Amino acid sequence: MKAVTRRTFLGGAAATAVGVAGGPWVLRAHAQSGPLKVGLVLPYTGAYAVLGESITQGMELVFARENWTVAGRKIEMIKEDDEMKPPVGIRKTEKLIDSDKVDILTGPVHSGILLGMRDKVHASKTILIVSNAGADDISRAKCSKWIFRTSFSNWQPNWPMGPWVAKHVSKEVFVTAPNYQAGKDQLGAFKESFLASGGRVIGEDYPKLGETDYAPYLTKIKQSGAKAVYAFFSGTDAVGFVRQFDEFGLKQSVKLTGAGFLVEPDVLPAQGKAALGIISGHFYTPLLDNPTNVRFVKDFREKFGGKMPDGFACQGYDTAESIVRAVKATNGNTQDKEKLVAVLEKTEFESPRGQFRFDPKTHNVIQPYIYVREVKEVAGGLNNVPIDKVADVKDPGTGCTLPA
Amino acid sequence: MGREPGRARLPPSDRVPVVSDVFAQALNGLAYGVLLFLLSVGLTLIFGMLDIVNLAHGSYYMLGAYAGVTVLMMTESFWLALVVAPVAVGVVGAVVERLCLRPLYRRGPLDQVLLTFGLIYLFEDLVKWIWGGRIRSIPAPALLTTSVNVLGATVPSYRVFVIVFGLAVAVALWLLVEKTRLGAVIRAGVFDSEMAAGMGIPIDRVFTGVFAFGAGLAGLSGVIAGPIQSAAPSIGATILIPALIVVVVGGLGSLKGSLVGSLIIGQAETFGKAWLPGASMLMIYAVMALILMLRPQGLFGRPLK
Repeated sequence: MKAVTRRTFLGGAAATAVGVAGGPWVLRAHAQSGPLKVGLVLPYTGAYAVLGESITQGMELVFARENWTVAGRKIEMIKEDDEMKPPVGIRKTEKLIDSDKVDILTGPVHSGILLGMRDKVHASKTILIVSNAGADDISRAKCSKWIFRTSFSNWQPNWPMGPWVAKHVSKEVFVTAPNYQAGKDQLGAFKESFLASGGRVIGEDYPKLGETDYAPYLTKIKQSGAKAVYAFFSGTDAVGFVRQFDEFGLKQSVKLTGAGFLVEPDVLPAQGKAALGIISGHFYTPLLDNPTNVRFVKDFREKFGGKMPDGFACQGYDTAESIVRAVKATNGNTQDKEKLVAVLEKTEFESPRGQFRFDPKTHNVIQPYIYVREVKEVAGGLNNVPIDKVADVKDPGTGCTLPA
Repeated sequence: MGREPGRARLPPSDRVPVVSDVFAQALNGLAYGVLLFLLSVGLTLIFGMLDIVNLAHGSYYMLGAYAGVTVLMMTESFWLALVVAPVAVGVVGAVVERLCLRPLYRRGPLDQVLLTFGLIYLFEDLVKWIWGGRIRSIPAPALLTTSVNVLGATVPSYRVFVIVFGLAVAVALWLLVEKTRLGAVIRAGVFDSEMAAGMGIPIDRVFTGVFAFGAGLAGLSGVIAGPIQSAAPSIGATILIPALIVVVVGGLGSLKGSLVGSLIIGQAETFGKAWLPGASMLMIYAVMALILMLRPQGLFGRPLK
């Protein structure tokens, strides 16, 4: 073993000193070959943790396929739990932008968090790819050059259902959703096109978010004489509503229809047979037979212990795919934000849901299709079988003035 | 909001008489109130005896639901789940009382509140770790999946069962507390635990027993609510608020108060939902405020010192 002489000790100390002094400079110079930091603001605890998990898994599937490298840069995911609370989500957003200096931000699930983080994201020119929250405003008056959305606007899965329900189910419908912004947005879009197709809303109710007993509302639905219900619920609300709807024997006389979240795979197993026959509109179902989706379902189930991918996983997949394609197109350069935006606007690829592209006017995804799906018993249990579809559903983008 | 223009258009023969509307909602309120009773009675017992506001009470409800899910998966018997799950939760309660709460009896209420509040998160993570974050549910027993007609109102037969079962539990608890020697010991402990200890009652064992029993009752309500609601790691925190409201309205520590408070809140919330859409929560808080204005100690609580 070599003894530490005075000379080698001094040499080492000097090198360390240079390293410390040169640190910030060195880091800056190598920023573009440093890791690609992707910040995630998602719920990882609480009732909506399963959504955050699905979105993250969809992203991990794509990044793993790319061996966690894009254009020579290592991909680094920084996950922050927003607890579905706007103040927490906004604080985590500030941390990711200001301290972590992420290259690209994604999330959230909660529309309130999205609207809350919007100004910070816009002012700091951070590229945000929204991977769930559907607040219509982000594609309308509050759209931003720096914000893209791979998931949906609340308007999108509901608007095509209005004419469909009026034509195929009933012209007299009772509508219901939780009493919060997304609930009102979703029902608003349905009502708009349903009324225009000659439908009549014969009653409406807005139970609180996180309701546990729907009996009073179900009794009112029964007494209204409605032939059909159009509902938007998700998570435990969707499980409670669908099971109690069946418990009260309404299924025999009233057709239950709604936005796809009512019967997504995160709630379907807990709903069980009570969900059979429910008709819903959504941009995705794992049963789509396009080759990209067949491979997606197979790979996803292999990687995540047999778990069936849902719409949320597809949103994560498309978010990661957009990131990978855009960063490849700029050869790993994420400093030139203008360039990155221009590239993202033109990003187009085969997604499990169909041909994926952004609307350059709003930066919101143009849904290749909104599928009308019915819950049926198929191989492997209950699932949403597509029975009809409406092509190219684009948010109207009223009030958004992005240069087209 | 749609004032149901559709109804006026229906031929008169199809119109549901208003009396039956009210009756149907009253039955809904009764079933919901009985569920609230099963949930809150353990909380009020524990408070009366141990002087502890057990914020983790909702967690025992959640543990009961999950234990029920597991027993059902293993045996496919709802009735077995109804027996085994509360016992299992009672055991967890006994362990928590011995290991965590006991050292805090001499400390202030703030320490106890902090501890039981922390336990909510602990149990939530524990459940996620064992059962995963997915939403689960307990199917109703096959016997009780239809609905019955009660004087013109349609009521799911499971809810009829809940009403009967809950009221039977109330009677059994009343008999236990008022008519047995064990009940006398518990009442003595509630009245003055130091004096009871002086009389030779092994008060610390009684404390553990009451805490385990209260937790077991919460577990029981978790199984009973299973076929109506769902099991998710977050429900422990959600269900705590209505339970606390009931206990405050009925009077801390009072069994009778817990029953009457549950039935009142059940009706208030149900009719609030039916008649004042958008303000149903306001309704139960208004009822609570009104009762507290008239009787600050709650309906059947001991007068405040």
